Amino acid sequence: MVNPSPVSDVDITVSTGYAKIFDFIFKQLVWGCAFLVALILLWIAWIVFQDAQLAIHDFGIGFLFSKDWNVSEEKFGGLPYIYGSIVSSFIALIFAVPLGLAVAILTSENFLPQSIRTPIGFMVELIASIPSVIIGLWGIFVFIPVLMPLQQFLFKAFGWIPLFSSEPFGPSMLMAGLILSVMILPTIGAISRDVLLAVPPQLRSASMALGATRWETIWLTLLPTASSGIVGATILALGRALGETMAVTMVIGNSDIINISLLAPGYTIPAVMVNQFAEATGELHIGALMYLALVLFVITLGVNSLAILLVQTIQRRTQGA
Amino acid sequence: MTVFNPNSPDSNLEKELHLPLAWNRNFFSVGMTVVAFVLTGIALLPLFAIIWSITSQGISGLSLEVFIALPAPVGVEGGPNGFANAIVGTLTMVGIGAIISIPIGILTGIFLCEFAAGSTIANSIRFVTVILSSVPSVIVGVFAYGVLVVTTKQFSAIAGGFALGVIMIPIISLTTEEALKLVPVSYRLGSAALGGNKFQTTLKIIVPTAIPGITTGVLLAVARAAGETAPLMFTALFSQFWQEGLMSPTPSLPVLIYNYASSPFPEQNKIAWTASLVLLLLVLITSLLSRLLTRRKHQ
Repeated sequence: MVNPSPVSDVDITVSTGYAKIFDFIFKQLVWGCAFLVALILLWIAWIVFQDAQLAIHDFGIGFLFSKDWNVSEEKFGGLPYIYGSIVSSFIALIFAVPLGLAVAILTSENFLPQSIRTPIGFMVELIASIPSVIIGLWGIFVFIPVLMPLQQFLFKAFGWIPLFSSEPFGPSMLMAGLILSVMILPTIGAISRDVLLAVPPQLRSASMALGATRWETIWLTLLPTASSGIVGATILALGRALGETMAVTMVIGNSDIINISLLAPGYTIPAVMVNQFAEATGELHIGALMYLALVLFVITLGVNSLAILLVQTIQRRTQGA
Repeated sequence: MTVFNPNSPDSNLEKELHLPLAWNRNFFSVGMTVVAFVLTGIALLPLFAIIWSITSQGISGLSLEVFIALPAPVGVEGGPNGFANAIVGTLTMVGIGAIISIPIGILTGIFLCEFAAGSTIANSIRFVTVILSSVPSVIVGVFAYGVLVVTTKQFSAIAGGFALGVIMIPIISLTTEEALKLVPVSYRLGSAALGGNKFQTTLKIIVPTAIPGITTGVLLAVARAAGETAPLMFTALFSQFWQEGLMSPTPSLPVLIYNYASSPFPEQNKIAWTASLVLLLLVLITSLLSRLLTRRKHQ
């Protein structure tokens, strides 16, 4: 008998020569690049932490609560900038969340034909691609002058409330917050729409079948179901707002005096870095700015991780369902 | 509990079914619809206002001159006035960023989709990539300052391009992963059945199929990088003249807009508007182009 399978000696999966070498190099390269990306994040953290050492050593944790920022006396405290970043971002959220939700609802429900809804969604997302510095330019020359009467009205009518107790002169915390709300609106709108579209259709049908009107369905069924995703979108937008630089620098007025009034100018961490970094002379000055950068990095890292985890969990859940 | 009888004249349910919606529920429905429409209108207003004012203010300054001349010194009138150096600087730095980020971004995208899809390691790398994309650009600028400006003791186009590259990497890798996911599994199986190894399957079958999607990612990243200002302010600085080389301070459109917007001289403000129009056109055309590419892909 002849051996029936001489073929079995041939291993067809063997690849030799160049093919094998290329395959090997390619695999190493791909793994290398993937780890490089992870490494970059650590590298950023390391550089910022390293350069902030001097200021951390000198001022310690008290830096976060000190209001003195005097370059010539080499006294540095970060409170005005941390305060400004947080307050301006919160103003932005107050305006951007209802606007973003309205856009999300209008583009996910069938109030309008699809041929109108798609362009609306597209236009809102287009806002995100406008460079920040251009929005800032518009803010200085168009937005602030147009809203000046509103600021004056707030001062005249509600000046007795501490929030509006200072005479407005143009750039202010309120203006920065409003400009920021324009810039983070696409984030909230787009993610909330995706989350609303992912709500199982059975829930909507059930609600409608029980006699709920469209808006009762939206308020009592869709929004509560989508709430965790919407919260995720909001936190993500908060992260954007905290790190937003150019537009805020141009309209916030850059004053390092903490003023409770929203009509008074303020300052934020990114703004002070842009204004002082390139001209900083003393090592301690650079160190203090790096300390601020580290604070911003830690805050945005925390805020963004939380938001991304929330959004990812929801995506996984809806995909699994 | 009474059984519903459509013929019974006493049926409360029937009465209710024939009644219009209670006024408060009706009011809520109509009111909320109006509110939603008004809010969406307000949301769209800034976009139109920005595009309108940039166009109307910038268009009068637009001429061939702005693309070939240097910025005129303050106070000199009648001479050529433009921002050609800033356009060249922006293109140079976005180019450097692209050279750094395109290979790394695409290979990371390939890793996420082809090499370790679904594994813990891929999920962690993806998480880090998403986090990297949300790091404020001002921090990336400080990072590039610490890595390149401090060590070379020189503000330069290289440092600016490096910062832009770091911003572009996560955008490219995440969109590449999405593009690769759309390639049918049968292609991979077909290639493997013909004896193709990972290298051949990926680079000869999968990546060419996903090219439109990958291009979208690259265009998005370029559009984003072209508009970035903050990271350039402490890596490339600015200059009124042509850049002397890759290792010297380099002007760019966004930084020019920032500097000239806050300038007290009206003629510089005017240049800022015109530069904004050029930059906006550059960014919007690139974004629109990338949208069109993906749309054709989905059809």
